[in-house]
Amino acid sequence: MFDLKTIIKAKTIDQAVKLLIENPDAKLIAGGTDVLIKLKQGKDGYARLVDIHDLEALNYIRFDDEKNILIGSGVVFSQIIQSDIIRDTIPMLCEAAKSVGGPQIRNIATMGGNICNGVPSADSAPSLFALNALLVIQREKGVRQIPIADFYKGPGRVNLNQGDVLIGFKITRDNYQGYKGCYYKYAMRNAMDIATIGCAVSLKTKNHVLVDYRIAYGVAGPVPLRCHATEQAVLHQAVSNALVDKISETVENDVNPRTSWRASRDFRMNIIKELSKRVTKEVFKRAGEKL
Amino acid sequence: MTNQKFRQIAFSVNGRQQTLYIDIRKSLLEVLREDLGLNSVKQGCAVGECGACSVLVDEVLIDSCIFLAIWADKKEVRTVEGEAKDGKLSKVQQAYVDEGAVQCGFCTPGFIMATTSFVEQHQGEKVTRDQIKKAHEGNLCRCTGYQNILNAVEKSTDN
Repeated sequence: MFDLKTIIKAKTIDQAVKLLIENPDAKLIAGGTDVLIKLKQGKDGYARLVDIHDLEALNYIRFDDEKNILIGSGVVFSQIIQSDIIRDTIPMLCEAAKSVGGPQIRNIATMGGNICNGVPSADSAPSLFALNALLVIQREKGVRQIPIADFYKGPGRVNLNQGDVLIGFKITRDNYQGYKGCYYKYAMRNAMDIATIGCAVSLKTKNHVLVDYRIAYGVAGPVPLRCHATEQAVLHQAVSNALVDKISETVENDVNPRTSWRASRDFRMNIIKELSKRVTKEVFKRAGEKL
Repeated sequence: MTNQKFRQIAFSVNGRQQTLYIDIRKSLLEVLREDLGLNSVKQGCAVGECGACSVLVDEVLIDSCIFLAIWADKKEVRTVEGEAKDGKLSKVQQAYVDEGAVQCGFCTPGFIMATTSFVEQHQGEKVTRDQIKKAHEGNLCRCTGYQNILNAVEKSTDN
């Protein structure tokens, strides 16, 4: 049994917002793969829940009129993997979704929960960073959109106030069209494991020159992060092996991995540098570039 | 917030309609085992890693240990108990027997449901060993070394 006091089902997004405001110590539960485990561990603060599990209004993957991709926060990883829209436009997010847990978890864990729990190892986060995803958040007084880069405040802490509900993600057309991307998860095992390092690269080339380059990591710091200095340093340079080497050298200054029981800082740094090469090379290949 | 500790749920379990008055704190695993006596559903890790508690909810494979029982309201649940029909094992169950894919048996009901879900999703398709592994990565077995299980899944998908 879970140490629950109350759980109230919200039938609409507005009702979820209202219930959260009326009950200042209540938290949201969607897929439950994190919240229920915290409850089981006896963690404080989860005894009162507002239930948005299976809320239809949060379950969609579609284009809007401007061909921006909209993903509901209640979409589960299996839906991402099976979505034609995602596979055709941002396959890196499919790769991220496939790397999560096992089928049982992918069938119930939501995109929204993966981001809202604020962990640095969230598999969807590096891809969403590389895609400049916007988070659509409903609050009492309307809807706001914030870039994912402004969402994480620290380990386990995100930019949400009581009464805010992440309702979806928006990836604008200019952030995916013409881009190629890849996500690679390095973990100790091939299945059911947490990322030691996750790396996402999204880039655009023109006449064999990099016109945009984005590289994002999970577990390379207290929150998922982009390597802005590296990205600036390689812009407008010709695609080459030397460029790939340069990326792996500069990326070191953009990250700050820690030592934990899972892996040491040095080991993680080694993986970060290696993945920058491997993933960038893979994306060059996908973009039809030859090295 | 209302202090409602119990709630009525109506759901179908292995094709039989059930209406239960349940404690809101219970997992689906606990309701299936304790209220309905379906002891094929095993609790292994209790945190969604081992898959021993796998069941199908509206044909979707989930870990029932981290699924609130109240979420099963108006849904259809399938466990191993409902797989054999008229005293005859399902094709998946028979394949596990034929391939010697069962040793201690604790993980087997969860595996059978994972395989059943996989087989039903890939009817008429040729599947690879890699697909089989990927579809069973959420189930742990500490006895068999997996080879006989993989063989059984392969046999279940034979057309």
